[in-house]
Amino acid sequence: MSARIRKRPERLLAQPAIIMLLVWMIVPLAMTLYFSTQYYNLLYPGKSSFVGLENFAYFFTYPSFWTSVLNTIVLVGSVLAITVVGGVLISILVDESFPGQGIVRMLLISPFFIMPTVAALVWKNLLMNPVSGLLAWVWKLFGATPVNWFADWPLLSIIIVVSWEWLPFAILIFVTALQSLDREQLEAARMDGARGLAVFRYLTLPHLARPIAVVVMVEAIFLLNIFAEIFVTTNGGPGDATTNVPYLVYTQALLEFDVGAASAGGLVAVVLANIMAVFLIRLIGKSLTAR
Amino acid sequence: MAHNRPKRRLVRTLRAIASWLVALVVFFPILWMLVTSFKSELEAFSMPPHFVFSPTLENYREILSRANYLHYAWNSIVTAGGATLLGMAVAVPAAYAFAYHPTKRTKDVLLWMLSTKMLPGVGVLVPIYLICRDLDMLDSRLALVIIFALINLPIMVWMIYTYFRDIPYDILEAARMDGAGTWQTMFRVLIPVSRGGLASTALLCLILSWNEAFWSLNLTTSSAAPLTALVASFSSPEGLFWAKLSAVSTLACAPILVLGWLSQRQLVRGLTFGAVK
Repeated sequence: MSARIRKRPERLLAQPAIIMLLVWMIVPLAMTLYFSTQYYNLLYPGKSSFVGLENFAYFFTYPSFWTSVLNTIVLVGSVLAITVVGGVLISILVDESFPGQGIVRMLLISPFFIMPTVAALVWKNLLMNPVSGLLAWVWKLFGATPVNWFADWPLLSIIIVVSWEWLPFAILIFVTALQSLDREQLEAARMDGARGLAVFRYLTLPHLARPIAVVVMVEAIFLLNIFAEIFVTTNGGPGDATTNVPYLVYTQALLEFDVGAASAGGLVAVVLANIMAVFLIRLIGKSLTAR
Repeated sequence: MAHNRPKRRLVRTLRAIASWLVALVVFFPILWMLVTSFKSELEAFSMPPHFVFSPTLENYREILSRANYLHYAWNSIVTAGGATLLGMAVAVPAAYAFAYHPTKRTKDVLLWMLSTKMLPGVGVLVPIYLICRDLDMLDSRLALVIIFALINLPIMVWMIYTYFRDIPYDILEAARMDGAGTWQTMFRVLIPVSRGGLASTALLCLILSWNEAFWSLNLTTSSAAPLTALVASFSSPEGLFWAKLSAVSTLACAPILVLGWLSQRQLVRGLTFGAVK
């Protein structure tokens, strides 16, 4: 297809997009890199000076920093595990047709379209409030003492809220992927006497391998950036129990106005994300050549 | 085989029931939010919860008159809509060039675009904040429009690219034979033929921009603040207005939820960069 027409002007059509993204990526990143070597606090303008790697040293010896890295990993890891396992099970459950299948799928994907601030506040107040939340009522119904979710289990509470937001995404992808699973093959396997678990192990799971990889990578991009849910519920606390890297950078930059330290933290986030990115790019690059 | 049938039917029934139960549990927080939005503040907070009550529209009335809901809604419409228009205007020509006039480097360029999507917001928060401050664009809708368009651009280019790639080249060539130029081919042939795909791309951008929270919380205070920020203002511990929070949330989420339902299938393609269809 490409050899048949090769006119230069048409290729220029891609330039605006390329230039915009290039500027968007390089300018701020270069500035972050520069600021990270500076002592620069917005409260004391005009006093900025080159400090080399001091900001990084400050960050790496700052106890909250390692907590935030750990929190980020726990948050991303748990949400990934919950959404992938839950997503696979639920999508298999709703795969075969039954009355109201369309409505069930609509209900299942709904949380994905709820804005993060709404999701977090509805869960924190209407559901998880230890006095008037619905879960407290359920707990009492069973004679248990209501859990003070955000005070006693802050990180777990955030994980629950974020998992609720992202489970639908996994379900949506897996449901779509399952539809392309060959029905005849499935029937043949059943005829041969393959029982549920064997079908799952040797047919369904291999078929879902790539969608699972895609879900893990795409979710990881967004989960590494979780901010609003923490911002409106715990403010990173109590202490630094729910402070992840994005939230820590935010507090350094916009609450303490320490541009240098915040930039150093931002670069750490970039490195974390890049580790994920390498895998994702490779995966999607493969699917591009496969066609 | 025959004696198996009742058992099979039982399994299917159980499966259907389980599916419905799971779906209702997953959807429940949204339903509860909707229900609470029609309660009085006292009922919303009462324990045990009221499942039967006389619904009131008071919260909605309050929000529209006092909380200045429409101001924030307008900001959301302008920023999400503006970003979608800007993004489409840049993404469609780019996808056209990539799909029909590829070079040796096209694949690398596409993957590089994807990689910009992985740049975490916090990595560039400080410079973007300072640039906006120096350009007097803090709390400005224009800044949000540009940023939303940029963060969604890679997804849009990718999504449109996969749609264009599926269009038989003969259609375009026929138009060319009739003497149509590049722009004519694009507007008279390509865009009409792929309007379904373009619509779902625009929809995805609209949904993601509408729900975007990192930049809208950090770069706006009041005059450009969209609905995500309005909802966030209900987070202060002093103001426990659950019924009003629910009403605001319902209004803020309803349009996007409906759009999402309408386009769920097509979204898969965009959200997975064409890797799952």
